[in-house]
Amino acid sequence: MITIVNYGVGNPGALVNMFEFIGYDARITDQAEPILDASHLILPGVGAFDAAMQRLKNSRLIPSLEKAIFDRKIPLLGVCLGMQLLGRRSEEGVTEGLGWIAADTVRMRPDPASRLKVPFMGWAYVQRTPAARLFDAGVESRFYFTHSYQMRCEDQADVAGTYKFDEPVDCAVQHNNIYGVQFHPEKSHRYGMRLLRNFVEKSR
Amino acid sequence: MRPRIIPVLLLDSRRRLVKTRHFGDEVYVGDPFNVIRIFNEKEVDEICVLDINASIEGRRPDAGFISELASECFMPLSYGGGVRSVADATPIFAVGVEKIVLGRAGADAVAVRALADSFGSQAVAVCIDCRRINNDWRVALDRGRAVTDVDPVTRASAVEQAGAGEIILQNVDRDGERRGYDAELISSVSAAVDVPVVALGGAGELSHLEDGLRAGASAVASGSVFVFIGRLRAVLITYPSQPDIVALLEQVGAS
Repeated sequence: MITIVNYGVGNPGALVNMFEFIGYDARITDQAEPILDASHLILPGVGAFDAAMQRLKNSRLIPSLEKAIFDRKIPLLGVCLGMQLLGRRSEEGVTEGLGWIAADTVRMRPDPASRLKVPFMGWAYVQRTPAARLFDAGVESRFYFTHSYQMRCEDQADVAGTYKFDEPVDCAVQHNNIYGVQFHPEKSHRYGMRLLRNFVEKSR
Repeated sequence: MRPRIIPVLLLDSRRRLVKTRHFGDEVYVGDPFNVIRIFNEKEVDEICVLDINASIEGRRPDAGFISELASECFMPLSYGGGVRSVADATPIFAVGVEKIVLGRAGADAVAVRALADSFGSQAVAVCIDCRRINNDWRVALDRGRAVTDVDPVTRASAVEQAGAGEIILQNVDRDGERRGYDAELISSVSAAVDVPVVALGGAGELSHLEDGLRAGASAVASGSVFVFIGRLRAVLITYPSQPDIVALLEQVGAS
């Protein structure tokens, strides 16, 4: 079953509701067992990097997640801060990230002349990369973002989607069975439903 | 990226949706769950639900009720009313709310800082209620009744400094008037801060939303535009279609 990791950070309820709406059962867990026998894993997250990473460590679920992802090849989708946690580190804090994706998170610093505001809160069109499995080619992909920090992938092959802030921002990542999105699919109407459906159907 | 257009829904003490004029004169507009479902179908950018009597009545947010609201929203939801502390906010975020809106607590820099540190600036909006007193803009508290001697630009800078990620700039004098925002108020505050400013108070039609964006707002919010039609304030839940939004944003060069 689709399993949402609850480590005390983020909004598992909204994700469960959207999965139910599009016809999939999903459950929330803070235990190792359901993580290991999940069909798909979701790692949500909101708030500050260090606080979330610390909570995830305290939950003692990281070894189970690593076993699920690397040994059992269960697909995992990090959402919002959950995507940033997949990387090595973030300028927002000092705690090390999970390091599953070769990426670092940095503060968004638009050119003042651009008049762009940080945090960026709002909707943006996402440009998929040719190999991206989460997005359909030729279909409008519009998602809700709310963030002040952006992930930067070291290996461009890991980038699944970008959106244009003052420069293209890596907002979706894909590395083997590990996926991440900076935006909130569960708050992005039918665009988000399509993405979650793709994650369930095409991520393996 | 595109500027957001945000319906603001006001809850009264009995959890009915109402719309006010000058923060009084409440008109019943519907059941919150029905209205949210309609807004889902219309693919609304974001929705803001405010319990307008929570602070006055000393009520804390009811996570059970907010959870039910959030479950119905396939769009971002912000919630305000009686939120003062990290302890108040934790269960609200846990049930799927993207942002909390601080009213009274927004004046407390320590509280704003604590909330921003716990949940991130992007999750903390502060609503600044403004009134024009003898040609000067002043911040008002307690549903507009208590006027302070603080001007909105000073307060906006202070809440940004304290860690708020968004400022909802509410014009109390124009509330429910439906004759447009005050562009000067919006532009003065937008120019003074780097965080997004959401214009609220006075809009009655789409062209007003356009004016708000032109004045410098990052997003435009309204109660009246999306719940009333016609001079007699007949209730109709509406939201512009995607082509209308695209056309509107093109007008202001923001699409």
